Amino acid sequence: MNFTGKVFKYGDNVDTDVIIPARYLNTSEPGELAKHCMEDIDAHFSKNVEKGDIIIGGKNFGSGSSREHAPLAIKSAGVSCVIAESFARIFYRNSINIGLPILESPEAVNAINNGEEISVDLEKGEIKNLSTGKKFDSAPFPDFMRKIIDDGGLISSIKRRLNNA
Amino acid sequence: MGMTMAEKILAAHTDRDEVKPGEIVNTKVDMVLGNDVTTPVAIKEFKKIGVEHVFDRDRIAIVPDHFAPNKDIKSAEQSKFIREFAHSEDIRNYFEIGEMGIEHVLLPEKGLTLPGEIVIGADSHTCTYGALGVFATGIGSTDMAAAMATGEAWFRVPSTMKFVYEGKLKPWVSGKDLILYTIGDIGVDGALYKAMEFTGEVIENLSMDARMTMSNMAIEAGGKCGLIACDQKTDDYLKNRAVRDYQALYSEPDADYEKIIEYDVSDIEPQVAFPHLPENTRPVNKAGDVKIDQAVIGSCTNGRIEDLRIAADIFKNNHVDKNVRVILFPGTQQIYKQAMKEGLMDIFIDAGVAVSTPTCGPCLGGHMGVLAKGERAISTTNRNFVGRMGHPESEVYLASPAVAAASAITGRISHPEEVIK
Repeated sequence: MNFTGKVFKYGDNVDTDVIIPARYLNTSEPGELAKHCMEDIDAHFSKNVEKGDIIIGGKNFGSGSSREHAPLAIKSAGVSCVIAESFARIFYRNSINIGLPILESPEAVNAINNGEEISVDLEKGEIKNLSTGKKFDSAPFPDFMRKIIDDGGLISSIKRRLNNA
Repeated sequence: MGMTMAEKILAAHTDRDEVKPGEIVNTKVDMVLGNDVTTPVAIKEFKKIGVEHVFDRDRIAIVPDHFAPNKDIKSAEQSKFIREFAHSEDIRNYFEIGEMGIEHVLLPEKGLTLPGEIVIGADSHTCTYGALGVFATGIGSTDMAAAMATGEAWFRVPSTMKFVYEGKLKPWVSGKDLILYTIGDIGVDGALYKAMEFTGEVIENLSMDARMTMSNMAIEAGGKCGLIACDQKTDDYLKNRAVRDYQALYSEPDADYEKIIEYDVSDIEPQVAFPHLPENTRPVNKAGDVKIDQAVIGSCTNGRIEDLRIAADIFKNNHVDKNVRVILFPGTQQIYKQAMKEGLMDIFIDAGVAVSTPTCGPCLGGHMGVLAKGERAISTTNRNFVGRMGHPESEVYLASPAVAAASAITGRISHPEEVIK
């Protein structure tokens, strides 16, 4: 899978309360969640984001609550993937489970600026800054997680396993 | 090399004799938990799997507590959806308003989370049960759906960081202060992907309530779980509660820890975490002049009977400052009742404290005490992120029940000694 999009860059410890504030958790409808995605740190995010765009965060992206509404809000806002220095663990597994591509690459995070166009080759784990031409590698997924991703998320993966049992 | 408690519990739930950090394992789980925010998504995903019923109706707990009693029509619809699912699947541990509580206070009270077990919950503070020697960790709704169908979950085996607390606690220093101090030391990602194990004579001397406060906030350091070894106190707590037999597991003497951090607690003062991260801690006597508009006492972190007793000690014969609103919410109906029996409710109401039914409401800015723009709260909860308790330009300061109660009386962040001479 390949993506190209412009970058929305944020700092360290972007938590699930700013990704989707709890006051909007009285619904799990993806379109509704997308409208309020990131609004407490970037009021215009949902208006400015376009399909395929990419979020870059620093350390501990997605820290805080276990709400799957957070990766869901990002995904339904049209974001194609999230790149960070590191991810909080529940956000990490939630993203894999729902099929939101995420990549860990401290080098890319350091070298890419807000608003720049980048492309991502998910199979190779390669990130390319289209304005500078520089390429960066990301940490590969362990096989087990790769399989969940390839199966299209945890639910499809389990369905496949149960059908084969 | 021997295994840590986390590794032993994970191994015991597979068909293997041992597991190593970094390995990915599929394990059986003993309890699966969800609330009114996370369960609706889980049910929708569960239905996609195509199994006829949940794997075991006794091993699933569903607790509407976040926006319950329901704050609006949408949240009422969500609760209705999970209630109907719980009834149709005959889920034995569905707790309706009236017998409910805040999930992480309620489940241990009901004896549903036991030493040596694996408990997963679609709520990040599921790590609370680590205080009972449970490998307990937060997961998402899709994980909950998968576990409801299969009784299993996948984990990357975490390495373990051991924390050793020695020395003598100063007056008014509680489990909350120890965990805030620890998070202040290692940072909000200091234990990312790792199991934390809390040990030492100070932990041995803590009450079960205080231990649960510590384990509750392991996630605030990025931790996967916050484990405390089962001992006589744990067994006493579980006597007449445990719904199943249990087999506690312990770290082996030669267990391989990624890191061992030792603290002499003798110099630790009551702590306050400043906005907007739990790691922004400082001793309360170095807080400066911080006026507050609201104090919140309760939650899955500090809503247990010991917390209420400490708050009552401070509110007794005192009155809340005229510029401060105080909301106190006991963790469960049983704790509410116990507080009434002990006369604590009289003290709270005489002091000008509003007492709420158990709910997560104010902690996450849901309802029952949302902050306006520019307002400041001192809170015994666990998160002080931007907008956590209301307006994005409001502020949350995290502290113990003693500090929150003292601050409510003076109107600014205060050491309990200012109020109790």
